[in-house]
Amino acid sequence: MRILEGEGVTKYFGGLAAISNVGFHVDQGEIVGLIGPNGAGKTTLFNLISAALVLNSGVIKFKGEKISGLKPHQVCRAGVARTFQSVKIFGNIPVLGNVLLGSLFGTSTGMSSADAAREAMESLEFVGLSTMRATPAKDLTLANQKRLEVARALATQPDLLLIDELIAGLNPTETAQAMELVTRIRDRGITILMIEHVMKAIMSICDRIIVLHHGEKIAEGTPQEITASKTVVEVYLGDQAYAGS
Amino acid sequence: MDKTTVLSKKPLFLGLLFLLFILFAFLPLYGSVYSVILVTAIFMHIVLTVSWVIFSGPTGYISLASAAFFGVGIYTSAILGKTFPLPIVICFGALTSFCLALFVGALTLRLRGIYFSMFTFGLVLLIQQLLLWYEVNITHTRGRFVIVINNATIYYVMFAILAATILTAYFISRSKYGLALQSIGEDEEASAHTGINVTVLKTIIFAVSALFAGAAGAIMATRWTYIDPFIAFNPLFSFMPVLMAIFGGMGQFYGSIIGAVIFAYLQEMLITRFPYYYMLIFGIILVVVILYLPGGLVGLLQKWRKGDLAEKHANT
Repeated sequence: MRILEGEGVTKYFGGLAAISNVGFHVDQGEIVGLIGPNGAGKTTLFNLISAALVLNSGVIKFKGEKISGLKPHQVCRAGVARTFQSVKIFGNIPVLGNVLLGSLFGTSTGMSSADAAREAMESLEFVGLSTMRATPAKDLTLANQKRLEVARALATQPDLLLIDELIAGLNPTETAQAMELVTRIRDRGITILMIEHVMKAIMSICDRIIVLHHGEKIAEGTPQEITASKTVVEVYLGDQAYAGS
Repeated sequence: MDKTTVLSKKPLFLGLLFLLFILFAFLPLYGSVYSVILVTAIFMHIVLTVSWVIFSGPTGYISLASAAFFGVGIYTSAILGKTFPLPIVICFGALTSFCLALFVGALTLRLRGIYFSMFTFGLVLLIQQLLLWYEVNITHTRGRFVIVINNATIYYVMFAILAATILTAYFISRSKYGLALQSIGEDEEASAHTGINVTVLKTIIFAVSALFAGAAGAIMATRWTYIDPFIAFNPLFSFMPVLMAIFGGMGQFYGSIIGAVIFAYLQEMLITRFPYYYMLIFGIILVVVILYLPGGLVGLLQKWRKGDLAEKHANT
């Protein structure tokens, strides 16, 4: 079943098409990778899905219903949660408070405060931050701040999670833990669409990969198909890569 | 050991609060007329400051519209005071301010930082000038006389408004909406994506904070007896709450109350002792506070406490 679907999605910044006529879909239970060189429009696409930006034309559907045109908080309550490329946590609020906001305000049905607190604690335990619940979020390490963002997103009980560069800036151990976290989230039944630059990580974890370049979708397929694709290699390495072979 | 200190502190605090309540509740019975008027003025400043802090404290949106909400309360009182009983006049003053803030908030809360501050300040001047034009061209008088009410009544009404303001501020800051407001101040984009309807929340809390400024204006009008657009929409009432909150320390809820009490008392003392230099002395004190006490008085207290603790740890 298609949980997320985009048709003819287009966004202009001034005269520049940041995303032009992109069609995509994400199936229920998948981990889909979104890759492309810098400036390809990956984060813009995330911003369009989560309603941080309003699209110029096209339509985005979630579970068959149109979500383009909603406000960010409505998209969140509909079941689409996200994290940010540069971490956006509430620095002076304790870790638990950060996550509590998600469960208090972000769920589709709303919760009693006792249920919200329980949900928040569960999310914190899930990402392994429960012992730091009283620490102000700004005092966490970068890796933990990224986990906190994931916990806050999970507390809103999403069906689809958009993860924007979870492992940028992390060391190898932290990267492995983060990748393991992503698979555990999928195992909970949450579909994942993720942007990532580290190829090794994304190739090993994703069921399917979408490649963007200059705002257009240039390839889509399994990790094997993507690594074998001539266009993708050209975009990443330039024409000369094939000159020798 | 920590637990016992927490337990023993609460009754002490509540007892102190009760004592203060009794002390102020009977002030008009034993205090001089001057003390009643002075305390009324201090109460007014606390109401303006705390109501400002309800919205601007957690969100970091520096509103300079306090004078507009206060002035709207004053004019509501001047217009309706002759025909309606006092409680209705106060409620009307509060509601008119509430509606104005709702309208202005919905219109301007998409602006951030300095733009929001400038707009809210512009609002004060806009209403002041509109009103002046109306009074001069339509009613052909500049000012209005307000029905006089005895000092004790004014005092008790202000006392009630003060209690309502502090209780509201307390409950909002403790509720989930208080947490949400704080998250807006930290990162508004992230709040919106966490499911918080930031526009509606900001607008409603902004309007609630205006409620109390309006009520305070409605009762203060009766104390001043004569008002005109310059008295009612004095820009000083926009800056005072901000300065008092900074003076007391914005990090803590009670900081703004302490700031307002000391600031208002200081202002009163300086006006009576040094009528010609009061603004000058006042300005110097402010500059010193902002330069040397960035966390306000509460920040200073916390620093002392932390210093004490550090010393104790160093000795063990």
